Amino acid sequence: MYQSPDFKQLSEQIKLATTADVEQALYASRLNLSNLAALLSPAAEPYLPQMAARSSKITLTRFGKTTQLYAPIYLSNYCTNRCAYCGFSADNLIKRKCLTIDEAEKEAMILHERGFQHILLVSGEAENAVDVEYMEAIALRLRDKFAAVSIEIQPMSTEHYHRLFLAGITAVAVYQETYDPDIYKQVHLSGKKRDYAYRLETPARVAEAGMREVGIGALLGLADWRAEGLAIGHHLNWLRKEFWSTAFTISFPRMRPAAGEFEPLQIVTESNLSQLIFALRLFDQDVGLIVSTREEARYRDGMLGLGPTRYSAGSCTAPGGYGDSDHEGEQFSVGDNRSLEEVCTVIKAKGFDPVCKDWDCTFQTI
Amino acid sequence: MNITLNGNNKSIQEISSVLDLLKSLELTPETVVVELNTTIIQPDSYDTTNIAEDDWVEIIRFVGGG
Amino acid sequence: MLCIAGTEFSSRLFLGTGKFSSSTVMAQAIEASACQMVTVALRRVDLDNPDDDIMKALSQREYTFLPNTSGARDANEAIRLAHLARAASGSSWLKLEVTPDPRTLLPDPVETLRATEKLVKDGFIVLPYMNADPILALKLQDAGAAAVMPLGSPIGTNQGVLTDFQVKIIIEQARVPVVVDAGIGAPSHAAYAMELGADAVLVNTAISIAGDPVAMAAAFAKAVEAGRTAYVAGIGQRSKQASASSPEDGKLSSDLRFLA
Repeated sequence: MYQSPDFKQLSEQIKLATTADVEQALYASRLNLSNLAALLSPAAEPYLPQMAARSSKITLTRFGKTTQLYAPIYLSNYCTNRCAYCGFSADNLIKRKCLTIDEAEKEAMILHERGFQHILLVSGEAENAVDVEYMEAIALRLRDKFAAVSIEIQPMSTEHYHRLFLAGITAVAVYQETYDPDIYKQVHLSGKKRDYAYRLETPARVAEAGMREVGIGALLGLADWRAEGLAIGHHLNWLRKEFWSTAFTISFPRMRPAAGEFEPLQIVTESNLSQLIFALRLFDQDVGLIVSTREEARYRDGMLGLGPTRYSAGSCTAPGGYGDSDHEGEQFSVGDNRSLEEVCTVIKAKGFDPVCKDWDCTFQTI
Repeated sequence: MNITLNGNNKSIQEISSVLDLLKSLELTPETVVVELNTTIIQPDSYDTTNIAEDDWVEIIRFVGGG
Repeated sequence: MLCIAGTEFSSRLFLGTGKFSSSTVMAQAIEASACQMVTVALRRVDLDNPDDDIMKALSQREYTFLPNTSGARDANEAIRLAHLARAASGSSWLKLEVTPDPRTLLPDPVETLRATEKLVKDGFIVLPYMNADPILALKLQDAGAAAVMPLGSPIGTNQGVLTDFQVKIIIEQARVPVVVDAGIGAPSHAAYAMELGADAVLVNTAISIAGDPVAMAAAFAKAVEAGRTAYVAGIGQRSKQASASSPEDGKLSSDLRFLA
């Protein structure tokens, strides 16, 4: 099973990169992990505009003039984990809610009417609220109405993932939060999520179960973001070798103000985030790069075409938030409040095609 | 007794076992593999495996190849 | 060090033993190449010349023998030859070749995959000879192949690594070692394959039909080592940097004034 390289060594390796290493990496046609380390280093910071240009060129070649769009549906904010940074943490005194199957379908249909064909079902990690039967039931309701239904819920067994795949789920996102095992223990205070290794092995189980796409990533603001980037590169490399017919995406959730008043342990600036995105694009030309509405409209508009391939839009992070104007119990407050229509307008103005439908889950063989 | 040996008809006399056949052909048993009616014969059974009329015998060994 | 199915090899040059003028020259060439893996074929004993035994010239202890299934036209024939080879060699190493077209001797991908699946179940260490098709390489790997052997160009053509674009993809993706086989006609071809990142090369005709096969074997040994060293040293990176110093790429930069 996969083991992540020593996090502190990754940090050290990155610090050692020189300007010459950066230039070599910037112009290599195929990048290795040392090249990635160089592009994540402080020495690469002056080269950000050049990295952006290369990232843009590669993204254009591999993905064309398109930006995929999706919206999350928060099913439940019940959670049995205590995580220092998360609004859903079991300790937080927020209004808890778990949508019924009918309520979930109602939320989904609101998004459907707004034009979304790709939705991401999100929940806190509480098996007594959200289990495989519940997810299966929702997937079966939604599979004929949406082109792609992804999930971001608690880690499951290969068998359960396979059941959900057969029910019509196409993709699973499961973020390590941090690849630094010490920080991981520090912020995951209790609950099943405290098991670092089990979470790290989850993307492999998802791929093994036959899912078309697996999303990985780290929560930016917990540990050294440069080393997180290199750890993601290692993880992606391993996953690609083991599961060559699976598509992979990387998300870049950057910490936003949340209930519980957790201050980020590390400040990750927009410039840092961009460097991370460009470096990973140069490292892997085909990986999907996702930027959510955690980021502000100005930033997302600026990044269009420079590397990211998928944006969320019109998001609400509270269960039932689309049908209900009351957004109480949300996971985090969003940075880009624009509707799908508004985001599409900006994408089109940039000469890109907003893509709401990239796959049809009815093609999934059973 | 008539057998097919390496694709050719061959008439053999006073031969009952695979080992007898190899000896009569002046072949060292360790350097070849024998297939009798498409079944590989283990070297330790060469003396106990009998050859019968119309059997199909292949005697094979390594040659140069890339 | 190169490791295939748990066996380590300090030499990354594999030698074929066909088409040599004599067993003596072959043995000397193998010696000069310092190789540790040699391929052999299986044939019916020439009953008019029963003394002609290649194994007399080679000691089983010094090399790993890699019997091939040359001559097999489909999976069933290859499987039969494989079992004969195992009975003859006492080991499970196998170079799987399925070549239905006698004119080009190009490998049959469908039958090769089918035979690999069966032979892996039968306990063989299977090294399939294949066209340089990256997806096929991955499927063979998933079926349990211990290494994959993509061709550089059709067998015996001495044309070098014409399939370099696909071979590069195979090398990038494969978890198992990649041995470039067939078409390597000169030491420079072998060096090139190694520079691409191949784990080893298999050479036969280029050595056996050379004016001086023993000297040529030594030349190949040097070329393979040079190519490998260059690959490890990162020659690819340097050549790529040169392409980037073209004015268009070097000046390219994006406007990032939107950043907070």
